[in-house]
Amino acid sequence: MDLTYTPAEDAFRREARAWLEANVPREPLPSGDTADGFALHRVWERRLFDARWAVVSWPREYGGREASLVEWLLFEEEYYAAGAPQRVAQNGIFLLAPTLFHFGTKEQQDRILPRMAAGEELWAQGWSEPNAGSDLAGIQGRATRDDAGGGWRLSGQKAWCTRGAFCDSLFGLFRSDPAAERHRGLTYFLVPLRTEGVTVRPVGRLDGDAGFADVFLDDVFVPDRDVLGAVHDGWSVAMTTASSERGLTLRSPGRFLAAVRRLVELARARDADPVLRDAVVRAWMDAEAHRLYTLQTVARLEGGKALGAEASVNKVFWSEMDVRLHETAMCLLGPDAELAAGPWTKGFQFALAGPIYAGTNEIQRNVIAERLLGLPR
Amino acid sequence: MRFAFAPETLQLRDAVRLVLARECTAARVRAAWASDDARVPGLWTHLGTLGVPGMLAPVDDGGLGLTEVELVLVLEDSGRYAVPEPVVDVVAVGVPLLRDARSPALRAVASGERIAAVQLPGAPFVVGAGAAHVLVLQHDGEVHVVDRSEVTLEAHPSVDGSRRLHRVRWSPSKATRLLDGDEATPLLADAVDRAAVGFAAQLVGLARAMIDRTVDYVKARHQFGKPVGSFQAVKHHLADALVAVEMAAPSVYRAAWSLAHRAPGRAVHASMAKALASDAAALAARKALQCHGAIGYAYENDLHLWMKRAWALGADAPWHRARVERAIFEDGGT
Repeated sequence: MDLTYTPAEDAFRREARAWLEANVPREPLPSGDTADGFALHRVWERRLFDARWAVVSWPREYGGREASLVEWLLFEEEYYAAGAPQRVAQNGIFLLAPTLFHFGTKEQQDRILPRMAAGEELWAQGWSEPNAGSDLAGIQGRATRDDAGGGWRLSGQKAWCTRGAFCDSLFGLFRSDPAAERHRGLTYFLVPLRTEGVTVRPVGRLDGDAGFADVFLDDVFVPDRDVLGAVHDGWSVAMTTASSERGLTLRSPGRFLAAVRRLVELARARDADPVLRDAVVRAWMDAEAHRLYTLQTVARLEGGKALGAEASVNKVFWSEMDVRLHETAMCLLGPDAELAAGPWTKGFQFALAGPIYAGTNEIQRNVIAERLLGLPR
Repeated sequence: MRFAFAPETLQLRDAVRLVLARECTAARVRAAWASDDARVPGLWTHLGTLGVPGMLAPVDDGGLGLTEVELVLVLEDSGRYAVPEPVVDVVAVGVPLLRDARSPALRAVASGERIAAVQLPGAPFVVGAGAAHVLVLQHDGEVHVVDRSEVTLEAHPSVDGSRRLHRVRWSPSKATRLLDGDEATPLLADAVDRAAVGFAAQLVGLARAMIDRTVDYVKARHQFGKPVGSFQAVKHHLADALVAVEMAAPSVYRAAWSLAHRAPGRAVHASMAKALASDAAALAARKALQCHGAIGYAYENDLHLWMKRAWALGADAPWHRARVERAIFEDGGT
């Protein structure tokens, strides 16, 4: 066990910090969940990419730095400490990319990854449907074979697609074999959003921004080269990376460490009473505990072990920690808490989504109980 | 940065675990609770053979010359098996105190040949004084080493039947004094941190054991024609307990590392570990009792052997949070 950073890790952190200090916009960008804000965030993604900070853990040939997981965590800490913009590339680089690295052909990787990293092609996820949320295997969106065209025709409706109104493409599961058992007849497709047969309807989030979209597909043609992994094997293609690094990268500790630092500042500025100070201490310890848990997980992954259902422990913890942290901020703000433009308002509303997205915490608790504790289904 | 235990550390933990699994069964713990001295017959000798009492003592003094990093996993298992002997008091606090004070009493205590009882800084009681040969006590900021024959004990039964609490009446003298106030101050500060991390580790082990026992129970217990562990309400209770303990454990391991390397933030790390582990064990105890239902409330069920230790050890969590608070708000964090 060595809990000090190596000189190389320290140097990596310093380099990241220096670049961020020089380049993070002085004024916060408008929300990336609006059309104008999204466009500005796309420019920011390009700037990150040009300096090789967009995808630090990726191979150099796709714009990365081949950073270790520890270095990636350090980058994230510095990124959020610097107050840098939200990552509108996130669902592509953290959800789709690990799957592409694992299951994609060389042709797919070469074609898709550099454009994703550069912010030229930004991706939305197409998992949920109106009748398939927690019961994701209940997906009804259809993929029918088009032999003449050399591909598939997709029809159906995808829901809660993050920034789907502004993104360029969508990745998701469609039912390619209606006769097969629920989990088996699904295929993973990559679908352009600005193509014939696709209709995108923006959906407002709790804060009013159009950060979601319903995506309607009506006989949309997708060529075979845009099938990821084996046909009918989409469930395991989608799930394999869900339980590896993706469990780590969805929300890194840096985000919460930065938030809790702001919380301490807020408590100081508002001369918090002892009850609220104790809540701040709990939030601070939680954020630090999450950082240490993550470092332990990284060591396990680097030791060649799979993450598996432990990703669910992590997800339940950070999502509920984030709610508590923001609730504490609301209490500290007192009468100012309800101000729509308050510095914590958006964060509070976004935190409330954490226990719901990426698998509700009820589903995660089932996973923990069944796969880690071995309780019967 | 590499947050993982070395293979040898895990091997030592496993060797101790084998002995604990064999020698420190729930039935023997229960018998110890009902016995005069709250000790499992022969257990300390077995642990002495493995070198556990002297893990933090130098090799030259008959110890293993190891650090808190190796010790923390053994202490976690002492909680897992609800070891009745005051392992943390002696192994994590008393032995390094005797070591740093260059006490002649160290060798016999480290080998397990002589049994020690240790007054923790600020504690009104000494645990296990009745069964001890030698007591490490405090008086007016000084540290004294006193023979058992020179003290009188006043018993104050704990809710945890393995923790034999005594008020000790004794006469400090030059002959008993090991450290004067100036010498004692830094060593007692270390003792506070070692106690915090040691009990935090034990609490993690207690929590894990309560979860494991409860999992076994809810798999076996049937209602409505199926195992009660198949119901989501029960699953979610246990999942919450597991999340709490999994999140507390790395903080405990980090604090052990900080002690071993005398890291500047070690006091805060120790208090954070103790606060999180106390809460995790308290939650695990509540969830374990609830998922057991009425049988968990019965004295005849073994669950309370772990549960009561969690209560006994966890009550100072607010003190530790206050220490973290001072570090965050006054010293700017660590």
